[in-house]
Amino acid sequence: MKKSLKARNNDIANTSRQMEILSEGIFANGELPTFANKIKETNQFPLRPKKLEILQINLGYMCNQVCSHCHVDAGPDRKEIMTLETMNECLEVIKKTEAHTLDLTGGAPEMNPNFRWFVEEASKAGIKDFIVRSNLTIIRANKKYHDLPLFFKKHNVHVVSSMPHWTRGKTDKQRGDGVFDKSIKALQELNAVGYGLEGSGLKLDLVYNPSGAFLPGDQMALENDFKKALKSDFNIDFHSLFAITNLPISRFLDYLIASENYEEYMYNLVEAYNPAAVENVMCTNTLSVSWDGWLYDCDFNQMLNLKVASKVKHISDYNEDLLQDRNIIINQHCYGCTAGSGSSCQGVVA
Amino acid sequence: MSKNYYDAADLRKFGKITEWNEELGNKFFDYYGKVFEEGALTAREKSLIALAVAHTEQCPYCIDAYTKDTLQRGITKEQMMEAIHVGAAIKSGATLVHGVQMMNKVNKLEM
Repeated sequence: MKKSLKARNNDIANTSRQMEILSEGIFANGELPTFANKIKETNQFPLRPKKLEILQINLGYMCNQVCSHCHVDAGPDRKEIMTLETMNECLEVIKKTEAHTLDLTGGAPEMNPNFRWFVEEASKAGIKDFIVRSNLTIIRANKKYHDLPLFFKKHNVHVVSSMPHWTRGKTDKQRGDGVFDKSIKALQELNAVGYGLEGSGLKLDLVYNPSGAFLPGDQMALENDFKKALKSDFNIDFHSLFAITNLPISRFLDYLIASENYEEYMYNLVEAYNPAAVENVMCTNTLSVSWDGWLYDCDFNQMLNLKVASKVKHISDYNEDLLQDRNIIINQHCYGCTAGSGSSCQGVVA
Repeated sequence: MSKNYYDAADLRKFGKITEWNEELGNKFFDYYGKVFEEGALTAREKSLIALAVAHTEQCPYCIDAYTKDTLQRGITKEQMMEAIHVGAAIKSGATLVHGVQMMNKVNKLEM
């Protein structure tokens, strides 16, 4: 299995280096406008939060997969895991937040040794939509995870799973050999307990990321193709497909540079810029919490180590009113969320 | 000026043709955009047709554009190659069917 950029001591693992790459070249010489200048054209600068709706908590960067596009640079060699102490601080916030959605992510969040306890405790808070982002293969990775579908069902968890394509070749190329077959088996097991079935109330959504240096097509058309293919080939049902654009950071940035696609990809993002997507971009209604409790405007800013521009920077000092009164930190990677119909952890936004 | 007849970066400048004739340029792009909208054919089907025609026309810009467009729509490599074979079959068929004209002419001229 491949190693993370961090384990390989790759230059790109350094977040300062990523910020340099995103600021130099075509953006420094004026060939393309910086994101700040672009949103100034439509008087959308500075970007400010609206009502907080989603609290996204990253339980750790450890994962059983090493996907080639991963913006987290997750993998089995990543040891950053949320402690019980930070989980307790998160629970205090979950009990009092105005957010209607709790979104647990990773890495593979299930690999955190206190994952089940945390889900049990968090589900008591009565949050309306409780999401766990599962990579699917974790369910088949080890016997101790085999009962996850029933565990999710017990706590009425909304499962959101990555699935880059309905064909084996494209999926395995992005996510690793054998991932497609394990993902199909896991989806069938989720279906078997009621997930993804019409009227069951157990929500199962899939996430599509393009497997290369191109943007996602129309979300609805892709959803129809996925539904048709997964039903006819494997008798699999799911509710919605979220089409998510790959942002030019971390491993995807490394891939873009190594494959000499970086400039062309940035051109594509800028040309597809849609001011309507800026209105609903996810950093305006989301807060991201890292494994060690720091607060970020979004998961991508977390991976670039761009902490919120607020007096409150850590979950232990959480104050929703103070946090809402901040400017959102932006840079050229933000073009990934404003291209075409826009992109967020919940799919298109415009 | 580029030393090559084709430069991939020129595709980005396609929109600039309106600068030298705004009216006709805009009419073309309006027409072009309308053609590729969902209609009796899906946008996906139109993208595959465009990919095949891009090859029969041997337009490098169109090949780049519609290879990317078909990938974005989740179209597989197998589907893309089949579409190109459809174009190639028509192209070669169009050459060969003229053989009948040649045969007709030969039959007319020979004793």
